Amino acid sequence: MPIAIVVDHLSKEYRLGQISGGTLREDLNRWWARKRGKPDPTSKIGQEVSGTPAFSGGIGFDGGGVKTSAGSRTSGGYKTSDRIWALRDISFSVEQGKVLGIIGRNGAGKSTLLKILSRITAPTSGEIRVKGRVASLLEVGTGFHPELSGRENIYLNGAILGMNQREIDKKFDEIVEFSEVQKFIDTPVKRYSSGMYVRLAFAVAAHLEPEILVVDEVLAVGDAEFQRKCLGKMSDVARSGRTVLFVSHNMSAVMRLTEETIVLNKGNLALMAETPRAVDFYMSSGFAQVGERRWEKTDVPSNAAPFCPLYLRIRDSRGQIIESVRSTEPLIIEFHYRLHAAMTGLRVGLYLQTARGEMVLTTFDTDESSHFETHRTRQAGDYISRCEIPADFLNEGRYVLGVNASSYRVRRYFQEEQAISFTVDATGSPGSHWPEVRQGPIRPRLQWEIENVGIKDIRGVGHD
Amino acid sequence: MVIRPQRTWFDLRLKELWSYRDLIGLFVRRDFVSVYKQTILGPLWYIIQPIMTTLIFTVIFGRVARLSTDGLPQFLFYMSGTIVWGYFAECLTKTSNTFITNAQLFGKVYFPRLAVPISILISNLIAFSIQFVLFLGFVAYYWFSGADIQPNLWVLFTPILVLIMAGLGLGFGIIVSSLTTRYRDLRFLVTFGVQLWMYITPVIYPISTIPERYRPFIQANPLTPIIETFRYAYLGAGSANPLNLLYSAGFMLVVLILGILLFNRIEATFMDTV
Repeated sequence: MPIAIVVDHLSKEYRLGQISGGTLREDLNRWWARKRGKPDPTSKIGQEVSGTPAFSGGIGFDGGGVKTSAGSRTSGGYKTSDRIWALRDISFSVEQGKVLGIIGRNGAGKSTLLKILSRITAPTSGEIRVKGRVASLLEVGTGFHPELSGRENIYLNGAILGMNQREIDKKFDEIVEFSEVQKFIDTPVKRYSSGMYVRLAFAVAAHLEPEILVVDEVLAVGDAEFQRKCLGKMSDVARSGRTVLFVSHNMSAVMRLTEETIVLNKGNLALMAETPRAVDFYMSSGFAQVGERRWEKTDVPSNAAPFCPLYLRIRDSRGQIIESVRSTEPLIIEFHYRLHAAMTGLRVGLYLQTARGEMVLTTFDTDESSHFETHRTRQAGDYISRCEIPADFLNEGRYVLGVNASSYRVRRYFQEEQAISFTVDATGSPGSHWPEVRQGPIRPRLQWEIENVGIKDIRGVGHD
Repeated sequence: MVIRPQRTWFDLRLKELWSYRDLIGLFVRRDFVSVYKQTILGPLWYIIQPIMTTLIFTVIFGRVARLSTDGLPQFLFYMSGTIVWGYFAECLTKTSNTFITNAQLFGKVYFPRLAVPISILISNLIAFSIQFVLFLGFVAYYWFSGADIQPNLWVLFTPILVLIMAGLGLGFGIIVSSLTTRYRDLRFLVTFGVQLWMYITPVIYPISTIPERYRPFIQANPLTPIIETFRYAYLGAGSANPLNLLYSAGFMLVVLILGILLFNRIEATFMDTV
């Protein structure tokens, strides 16, 4: 198989902190100092100066301003502590026609890698050699103009993504059909529902036919039927001999769609292997955020003894460990822990908060008084406290789960308010046929009745 | 294709830009269409604006301040200045925001960034053409009603004048836009600077009213020969000098090349700084 992508010792360094006004004088100072061969006056004493000699061009015209605003070039001599390596010396290659998964927790460098690959930003060192056109679905609908009609936006968006007029003409009907917005194709897209908007945007992107397709979590959008179509499109792309890079937090999608996967950790390439092995590595190496939180011995404060948390898992109704749950399905929270000695009066509980920090509920495993009686004393050993959050309960959004182990009014053994987070998807939940955001953390399926109480009553109300 | 950290200063990839010409066309269309959607007068605004400005200038500078217009009808004199200056000023101010206003778009897809400022030049050119036709109408009207104007063969230079203005506007605009990724102050400076610039350009006065010893300063302004030539060509007053035009053209080339080099340099990693 020919190679489609070669990533060769790729590194990307970002400067931390705000880069904005007020820096002109600093830049001029720095530039002037460099001209005279003096040390950088703005760098702090005692800090290492990171210079990457390969890029210290030192060209005269407004050297400081130009160079440093170009971001990652370090010729000016910034201190290392100001900078962060988003990617460090990554090398791998992908064969043509393969679907490569990219996983890693937030900040591991997944998005940076994709940004460099889709040429949104340049790397600091190293290079990528690619064969053919790269199209990214980093975000669909880029460049859509609300005032323009669907038709006009297809052409505009297509051109932004790199198609020429002829190619779009050829694909136009297919795009419209795929997007299912035939009737509204000459309506300005600002009148579209968000679902229609996303469908149209995805349709354009999906018909690009690039040699290399980059997909970043776009599957999070749209309804289930539409997601199915998207996944289908992705496999089509792969089957027709083109290459796909698939970045996701959704392990089951990665397992289903990819053969090979790379695991990124803090900018480094932790592992490249067949997907099952890579996912297994990722889930078990403790840095998974995906539906599971593990506590190593070193994570647990010594005053928690004899209580010791092991892991916290979120499962769906089929027992799969998941990170994203559907509002219409129940979810099961399992808290595994070890007691090094028998404990009396222990209660193990969960705090559920929204990502914005509103408390949704607090619950304990011995809330039921009969439970409290039967589990009054727990012997030393491993335990699981399991709790089911019913279907049709949580609204869409991101939630944070905390854990607590205490004896009422005696002692708190262990507490962590942000142990794990998960996402709730509202597909199919009450009112989801209106693509609006529902306020509030819960979204129960309530009993509504609509009763016609006679026409003449309308006049009566309000006048009397 | 190879994705590398640093491009050399002269790796401009203009060929790639050419392959995105459809995109430039669509940007122009978008700008043009979206401007007049949901307005009552629509494209008429392209005409109303310069006429209003011209009327205001005629009243304030012509009637109240009684500035000389080299014996030309005041309305034509101010209108010629207004539309020519207007094209340059619009090109400059609009392109100077390229990186900031398009950060969203640039952050998601790659295409040659120069496509955006170039599309701005072209959509402004459409507006200018509309205004220019209007101007021709007024010239004809004054001509037939016997005003003292002498259009001459210099009118053939019009495309060259437009080209030089476009180049200057683009050059200055992208220099500013490249620097604003770092120094946001420049954004405020631009709107303000362009206004001041107008007053050192013979837009509201003919160069003949400037005392001899200040003239070199006004002449050093690359916009001066353009406006002077334009006026001379259509109205026949003032002067036109190929040498001065050559100076403007040279100035334009230097600014434009500098601008493209700088822009190209910034575009690679500007997403990290915005």
